[in-house]
Amino acid sequence: MFWNLPYFAVLIITIIGLATIVHKKNLIKILLGITLLESAVNLFLISLGYRAGGVAPIYTLAPSTYMVLPTPQALTLTSIVIGVATSALLLSFAMIIHRKYGTVNINLMRRLRE
Amino acid sequence: MIPGFIVANAPALLVSVPLLGAFLCPLIGKVSSAIRNLWVMVIMLTTAAIAFILAFRVYAEGTVIYVFGAAASNLAVPLDSGGIPVRIIFTIDPMSAFMIIICAISGVAVLLYSLSSDSRNSGLAVYYTLFLLMITGVFGMVSTGDFFNFFVFLEILSLASAGIIAYRVDGGLAVEAAIKYFILSTVGAIFVLYAIGIYYGQYNALNIAMIAQRMQFTMLDKIALVMLLAALAMKCGAVPMHFWTPDAYSMAPGSATAFLVVASQASLYGLFRVLFTMYNVTLNYVTVGWIVIILGVLSMVIGVTMAIPQKDVKRLMAYHAVSQTGYMLLGVGVGLAVLGDQAAMNAVGYTAMEGGIFHIFNHAMYKGLLFLTAGAIFYRIGTRDLNKMGGLGHNMKWTMIFFIIGALAIAGIPPFNGYASKFLIYESVYLFNPVLAIIAMVVSILTLASFVKVFHSIFMGPQLPEYKDVKEAPRPMLIGMAILAVIVIAFGLFPTIVVNTLVAPAVHALVDQAGYITAVLGGA
Repeated sequence: MFWNLPYFAVLIITIIGLATIVHKKNLIKILLGITLLESAVNLFLISLGYRAGGVAPIYTLAPSTYMVLPTPQALTLTSIVIGVATSALLLSFAMIIHRKYGTVNINLMRRLRE
Repeated sequence: MIPGFIVANAPALLVSVPLLGAFLCPLIGKVSSAIRNLWVMVIMLTTAAIAFILAFRVYAEGTVIYVFGAAASNLAVPLDSGGIPVRIIFTIDPMSAFMIIICAISGVAVLLYSLSSDSRNSGLAVYYTLFLLMITGVFGMVSTGDFFNFFVFLEILSLASAGIIAYRVDGGLAVEAAIKYFILSTVGAIFVLYAIGIYYGQYNALNIAMIAQRMQFTMLDKIALVMLLAALAMKCGAVPMHFWTPDAYSMAPGSATAFLVVASQASLYGLFRVLFTMYNVTLNYVTVGWIVIILGVLSMVIGVTMAIPQKDVKRLMAYHAVSQTGYMLLGVGVGLAVLGDQAAMNAVGYTAMEGGIFHIFNHAMYKGLLFLTAGAIFYRIGTRDLNKMGGLGHNMKWTMIFFIIGALAIAGIPPFNGYASKFLIYESVYLFNPVLAIIAMVVSILTLASFVKVFHSIFMGPQLPEYKDVKEAPRPMLIGMAILAVIVIAFGLFPTIVVNTLVAPAVHALVDQAGYITAVLGGA
């Protein structure tokens, strides 16, 4: 039970993130929801990578040979980098929208439908 | 003739050449725009050549695997790793090669077209960078054998596509379309990553073949399947997650739209790869098959009915793209629904899947052609509103001919390629369930009706005074369209050859899960 706590945290953060994306009308807040989702999935990957008692696979002076593949850590790093790129692109879109439309309320962004 | 180095490292070069080209493009753009155009064209042609070399090798010799950083490029499982493929692996089986060919042809045609269609715009260095990144993304998605890598290329493709949709800001409209697309695809990609985490947690592997071999179809796998199905069906624009397609396709530059079609087919490929290679018969194939069929039928019907009242020509074509995606889902869904039953598979399944997979190729060609003609019209008259067009047949004869070819192909009229694949779908789906085949035919008729209307309002009628001086589209644009048109006609005239040489191996490779696993992990 105790070792499952990170997964509960992942679940809670995911739900908060999704609720933010679905319910908020402000574009910036939606972007924050996406960032929350990204953090949740990063936490999920990093908690998967933990094995109790395992050591990093560095052979020099290793205390034991019970080693753990560093794949989830590598995945998390990659996913953080991708997250930065998506946030930057989304924020720059929000900036242009604000400049052209004068609002970041998604209910008022309906010019395409006309 | 071709250096062995290139043949041996073709899978790596397929992704690294356009990536290098993309990032050097802004630098070279500083020197001169002519050199930059030349550079982009050379990179694209080189990539296409590598793609054809690789595809030829795959069709001749079977699945090619390429392991990054290993002593030998086919050493998937390192000797000291305890049987786990730890490195990034590219696995190119005939299905991947099929998609690679589509992307290469479409990429060359679209790039040739965009050299003149976008020449009036500013910031072209960035445009070509994004375009080459899209090429990288598609090639990476279809050739990777590692599921996390698939996610990375999916994100590269989404980022580049969003950038290219928003490229012509257009008073914020294009950015609005891009933001819709990008929020959806980011959320989708996050769920793909969740699914990857679930697989890794259960099977300690990211390699598709390894996951497929260890697949248990537990409750967690079902959750992962739902996440992947939802995310990838959304990315390929299937109803009920289709609402980004008309916005994104109508606001992107004309040339980029034609390639966005290929980009969405890459997600379709990902969906089929998950269903057939990773799960195959372990999943409840009848239920999942019917889910895919229902998604397909809904896409076909809703897509075409939404298309009919549209006034914006590219929006209309985008709804038709949704509708055509439905045919692919229908064909492959029927194949999935009979997957475990060998007799039904021989009678119905393979033909239906051949139809569905062949339709991917045909759709990329004729839909690309139609979007390019729409782009040419927009280039000359500056509007996409059908009510403002008319009589353009007097001025733009070649564009009109290409439009007719594309429109007849999409409506499934012989002797064009749309007929070839749709006929395979009709005849096999009719044996499976007649109602579905009848729906498919009705949708085709509605498609034809819709395009007759579009053709009439764009090209027919007396010459309008405001379009008296409209000239034919510039030559590079015509050549780009002609490449696609020639393929549309050739595939329509010789469908049997194409199906036997290109499509059938791809379908059999997709269905043959054991073959895929053996090719990567060896006989173990």
